[in-house]
Amino acid sequence: MLSRVADSLYWMSRYLERAEHTARLLDVDLQLRLEGSHDSGAARWVRLLDALHAPLPENGKVDPTALAHSLTFDRSNLSSIVSSIAAARENLRHVREQCSTVMWEQLNQMYLQLVGNPQPESWLHHQHHFFGDVRRGVNLFHGVTDSTMSHGEGWYYIQLGKYMERTDSLAALIGTHFAELPHPLDQAVESEEYLEWVGLLRWCAAFEAYCKSYTAELRPLRVAEFLVLDAEFPHSIRFSIDMLHSALQALGDLTKRKALAPTRITGRLRAMLNYSQIEEIMAEGPAAYIEGIRKQIGQVHHAIYQIYFDYPVEAAMAS
Amino acid sequence: MVASLGLVKNHSMPALPKYKLDGAYDEMFSGPGTPRSHYQALYRTLLELPPADLRAIQQAADLSFLHQGITFTVYGNEEGTERVFPNDLLPRIIPAQEWRLIERGLTQRITALNLFLEDIYHRGRILEDGVVPRELVYTCRHYRREMRDLAVPRGVYVSVCGTDLVRLPDGNFAVLEDNLRVPSGVSYMLANRQVLKRVFPRLFRDYGVSPIDHYAQALLATLRSLVPAYSTPHREPTVVLLTPGVFNSAYFEHTFLAQQMGIELVEGRDLLVHDNVVYMRTTAGLRRVDVIYRRVDDDFLDPLCFRPDSNLGVPGLFNAYRAGNVSLANAIGTGVADDKAIYAFVPAIIRYYLGEEPLLANVQTYMLSNELQRRYVLEHLHELVVKAVGESGGYNMLIGPHSTAKEREQFRQRILASPRDYIAQPTLNLSRAPCFLDGDVEARHIDLRPYILYGQEVTLVPGGLTRVALKRGSLVVNSSQGGGSKDTWVLRA
Repeated sequence: MLSRVADSLYWMSRYLERAEHTARLLDVDLQLRLEGSHDSGAARWVRLLDALHAPLPENGKVDPTALAHSLTFDRSNLSSIVSSIAAARENLRHVREQCSTVMWEQLNQMYLQLVGNPQPESWLHHQHHFFGDVRRGVNLFHGVTDSTMSHGEGWYYIQLGKYMERTDSLAALIGTHFAELPHPLDQAVESEEYLEWVGLLRWCAAFEAYCKSYTAELRPLRVAEFLVLDAEFPHSIRFSIDMLHSALQALGDLTKRKALAPTRITGRLRAMLNYSQIEEIMAEGPAAYIEGIRKQIGQVHHAIYQIYFDYPVEAAMAS
Repeated sequence: MVASLGLVKNHSMPALPKYKLDGAYDEMFSGPGTPRSHYQALYRTLLELPPADLRAIQQAADLSFLHQGITFTVYGNEEGTERVFPNDLLPRIIPAQEWRLIERGLTQRITALNLFLEDIYHRGRILEDGVVPRELVYTCRHYRREMRDLAVPRGVYVSVCGTDLVRLPDGNFAVLEDNLRVPSGVSYMLANRQVLKRVFPRLFRDYGVSPIDHYAQALLATLRSLVPAYSTPHREPTVVLLTPGVFNSAYFEHTFLAQQMGIELVEGRDLLVHDNVVYMRTTAGLRRVDVIYRRVDDDFLDPLCFRPDSNLGVPGLFNAYRAGNVSLANAIGTGVADDKAIYAFVPAIIRYYLGEEPLLANVQTYMLSNELQRRYVLEHLHELVVKAVGESGGYNMLIGPHSTAKEREQFRQRILASPRDYIAQPTLNLSRAPCFLDGDVEARHIDLRPYILYGQEVTLVPGGLTRVALKRGSLVVNSSQGGGSKDTWVLRA
């Protein structure tokens, strides 16, 4: 597979994951905003902006409606939902002969519907629908991809992009939470604080799955354990790293190029997550733990570039 | 039967109130209310189907094109404006015996043009014998000195050709121009067919239409026939399609063909030349490339050899080509044979190399470098069409009857400044076919571009791109100038 093509598939997938993630965060916030106090809402927005790597408003005043609008529609903000979908589509357009026709049609329709049409002023009343369309569209795309595209090299670059982006955004979100909120304890929480922890779970699309594992009794320590260390839940850090690791191994086999550097990092992370205990993590400082994961994920990204996308010609000639 | 048509003026059909006949050959009707035998089934369908149904079908078809992203890019507009290529619902029908003539005529033509290219880039017999003026070849902007004495695989210069045919009022087809460089449009031919099969399944089946779906396979076989001699038989040759990139007007087509053929779609930056060998940069390391189906013009192929400011090509590609380490389709320098001034000599070229009479006529062409002809043309600008010799796509041309005095004056100045760069032709009354426009069936001018492949043998898939001048009265069918297209049904019998 051409390096440029692999690069485009990887970024297409990252942008889609980013769009879905932002839409989920904003959608959940819409509902949280209805309950809870004004102050807790503002504090949550500060965390949300931090988790999305978005700058705080210059005057320090948090206006959820304006911010949500900017995070959704602002084309000058390269991480807004609309920009992400447009970038994903542009990446796929560059390599559309590599994907199945239905994949292209799904993404192109989503683009035409959500980005091509200017959203009416009244979108405020339909935000929930808009975010729902984004989330459904991205999930549909992945479903179509899994069932119509050969699970070969190209498919693994899509996996790589999806879980790279997911690990990074999950880690940012969870890390911010741990840094800001009172130390998570192994006992049930109530009222305001309860709302924040439910919010975190729902931000990670994890509320239902958590309840299935631990019942609806909300203990912050268990929330942390679930989001960081659960092996089966697709929006946990451990699960995402597992997927990253197996995608990298599969790519190493398929291209006959041993992805030593990146698989070493993901393998090490995997072992660490497999054998970590949440109590230990809490004792040693969760924020630093999460930050360590993010740093190593960044290294994996660079290593992938060095091996597959942007290697020096001299090195390739010598081998 | 046909000759009398010129006398019929503005007779509308009671059943199709907006369908008017005029001096042009009408593809559907031989006279008012009398459809030609091969159009009868379509005519009946048009009478039976309520316009609302047709309209719904048209909308479904348009949406299908939009969602599939079957678009082209318009230049001179905002950068990268994507537009859906307008598709007209009603098929253009060509009977089998007419197609056989077209097929033989185009095979003859591509054979002769290939011999011509081989000759002028080697001994130049035809120039020695004075059949084609030497200075006409050497002053052509698309003549490449670099190609002198370079042997191309099996002597095939033009592997893929799209020739524009028009049907004149007497009912005969004539060649309007050859496209021997990087002809485009074949993907629309295939996409139109996909849509039409869904839209008119019964009509399609009852008509017995020749299939065209094997085009991609035939193209791949053609490209593989060019593999350089070094290539060992046990290694699958690597064939790639080189595109200028996503901003090119035909980008959709490039992705479509690469996907249909199952080959890599590459950009210049994906390729590199090392020791006169072309490689592409893949995730598994560098991989050698044997054949490049290039959809990049000569000028932009290799910045070391041609335009130095080009980012689209591959530095060193021409040297690899000269060394016989990679094949290009089409070869470099084929543009000299579709120069509109050389065009006038194609009948003579056919007689010279093949000793046969041309099966398809040329359109009368005035050479503006000839003083007598130039004087005639300058006096009759208002009734002629003037074209720049090296252009295509309907850019830089004057249609006399539809021009303003100011435009005519501009062209007069240009012609006087460089007569070699222009030719003139009579304004042709292209044939007309039924189109479904805004809820009514109306007649519009059309042409036909069949695609000819020259591999181990000459192959034509039965059909082509029928282009339509959608504006009423317009004679310009180019997509860049507001034209559309329709499916072309060549009948099996």
